[in-house]
Amino acid sequence: MIKALPAFVVIPLVTAFVLPVLGRKGKGAATVLANLATMALLVLAVASIGKSGIYEVGNWSFRVGIVLVLDGLSSLLLLAIGIVSTAAMLFSTRYMEQYTAKSKYLSLFMLMVAGMNGLVISGDIFNVFVFLEIASLASYALVGFGCEEEELEASFKYMVLGSVASSFILFGIALIYGNTASLNMACVSEAIQRSGMNAGLAFALALLIAGFGLKAALVPFHAWLPDAHPSAPAPISAMLSGVLIKSLGVYALARVVFNIYGVSVAVGWVLIALAILSMVVGVFLAVGQWDFKRLLAYHSISQMGYVVLGIAIGALILAQGGSVAWASLAILGGLFHLVNHAVFKSLLFLASGSIQMATGTRNLKQLGGLAQRMPVTRATCAIASASIAGVPPFNGFWSKLILVVAAVQAGLLWVAAVTVLVSLVTLISFLKVHRYVFLGDLPENLHQTRESSGLMLVSMGFLACLCVLMGLLLLVPSLKETILDPAVKVLTDGLNYSRWMMEMQAARGKIL
Amino acid sequence: MLYALCFLLFMIGLYCAVVKKNMVKIVIGLAIMEYAVNLFLIMLGYRAGGAAPIIDRTYLEAGTDKVTASFINAAVDPLPQALVLTSIVISLGSLALIIAMCIRIYGKYGTFDITEIRRLKG
Repeated sequence: MIKALPAFVVIPLVTAFVLPVLGRKGKGAATVLANLATMALLVLAVASIGKSGIYEVGNWSFRVGIVLVLDGLSSLLLLAIGIVSTAAMLFSTRYMEQYTAKSKYLSLFMLMVAGMNGLVISGDIFNVFVFLEIASLASYALVGFGCEEEELEASFKYMVLGSVASSFILFGIALIYGNTASLNMACVSEAIQRSGMNAGLAFALALLIAGFGLKAALVPFHAWLPDAHPSAPAPISAMLSGVLIKSLGVYALARVVFNIYGVSVAVGWVLIALAILSMVVGVFLAVGQWDFKRLLAYHSISQMGYVVLGIAIGALILAQGGSVAWASLAILGGLFHLVNHAVFKSLLFLASGSIQMATGTRNLKQLGGLAQRMPVTRATCAIASASIAGVPPFNGFWSKLILVVAAVQAGLLWVAAVTVLVSLVTLISFLKVHRYVFLGDLPENLHQTRESSGLMLVSMGFLACLCVLMGLLLLVPSLKETILDPAVKVLTDGLNYSRWMMEMQAARGKIL
Repeated sequence: MLYALCFLLFMIGLYCAVVKKNMVKIVIGLAIMEYAVNLFLIMLGYRAGGAAPIIDRTYLEAGTDKVTASFINAAVDPLPQALVLTSIVISLGSLALIIAMCIRIYGKYGTFDITEIRRLKG
């Protein structure tokens, strides 16, 4: 498996450059090829579960060369990326026929996947930056893909803030290099433990939190997200909200905070504050929206708050020297919500795309009574809404339940109260969506509306099944032990990450 | 001192990107930020009067393949230069994309003023 690690980057990258060569005549072939590539990546991601190890590119020792690292957290993210990109690609097969230049779209899509996959398996911080830029550049272009006024404007806004974030991150990385003389995460972590924190390293941490926070769209860095995510074509919205903000933002943030710097009380509180702000501000801005996709985008901000909250409570408990079991529970809640959100939010965006394609609008006031016309879309959308609002037995309920329990155990009762309250407001806003889209009277001009075609329904059905079944990830002990627990352990182990990497290196030396 | 000036340049770029109303000036601000970071990286590896980090036979200790201590103390750090090359290429790509986007926006709206480009609200 470790030998196949570069395939996570190589497959999408090669596909991305082969697709435009096929040209206009090979559009069908290009679509099939892109779908095969995403499915292959999903299979690889499933195969990578439970494995761990390091791959040294070009056989250079990891102190000087580039390393790819596979551990529990990486496999979890790879799995989420695989699921969402497979579903989004299946959906695009039919949906993107509305646009011209489909092969360019497919190519950018694969580049984005390559960037995200590369980021989560990269073992040194400069490569994190490089892959982050690959994924970001592809996403800037995809947000503006329609080339209409609103889309270009959103793309420009996104690009300016994204470039600022990238500069912050690169500056932080340069400062870390200046202070530790290393770029490898394990070596950097080792050097920081040896020398202790100093002003330069603390400033670098602040720059990295701001940079990754911008990429993760945490309030107050959220301004670009509600414009950028709705403007993209629906499958791309699903990718952006589903996995891009998580792998570029939360994953990178968690790696830096837990595995490189080690947790501290101050950072824990900063993250909790960002998380609570995101949860509350995001959900209250979402309730008032009348544009379906914009409403979903604000909910993304709010749900990202949940993910960061779990991780931050874990960091706080660990930093205060509290019980590791409760810290694990909080982190488990955060990471489980990350995967759940990837599934149900991408499903909601695909459903909104299906409705937009069938009716030509996404304004809630102009829709209505579609329950009879689009039964499958309605059913999948209902499942996803129930999940995001935390209705049992869907997946969102389980992760929110864990988060509430963890917050109570950490002694943060008010945080638990806010969590429940935000969940209630989420439920209200999705009841509004159902009332205006699927119930009520069918407007005159929508009498001809028909259900979307086969592959779009297949991809939505796939995600809806996952929404129902993912509760099992938590309830069936063997699944929990193989998929979720290793990811949690990577974070609770914290600074032992560097020791683990040295051991892997030593073990590898013996085999050779 | 030099590092502080470098940080000042970064802040000037950030100010320009955040405050200016003209799209082209915003792009220039972003470019200045990227240059400041590149400059900072280069300065990390710089050593006044240092030697190029290319190993010659004269720099090896006699009879071994280890470089001499005097070479290590004199040579500049080559890694930041490799990093800067990568980062310049990346910023070239992102600048080209953002300028292309500016041209398309100008074609649609007929202005570079971002206060007049406001279709998205909420």
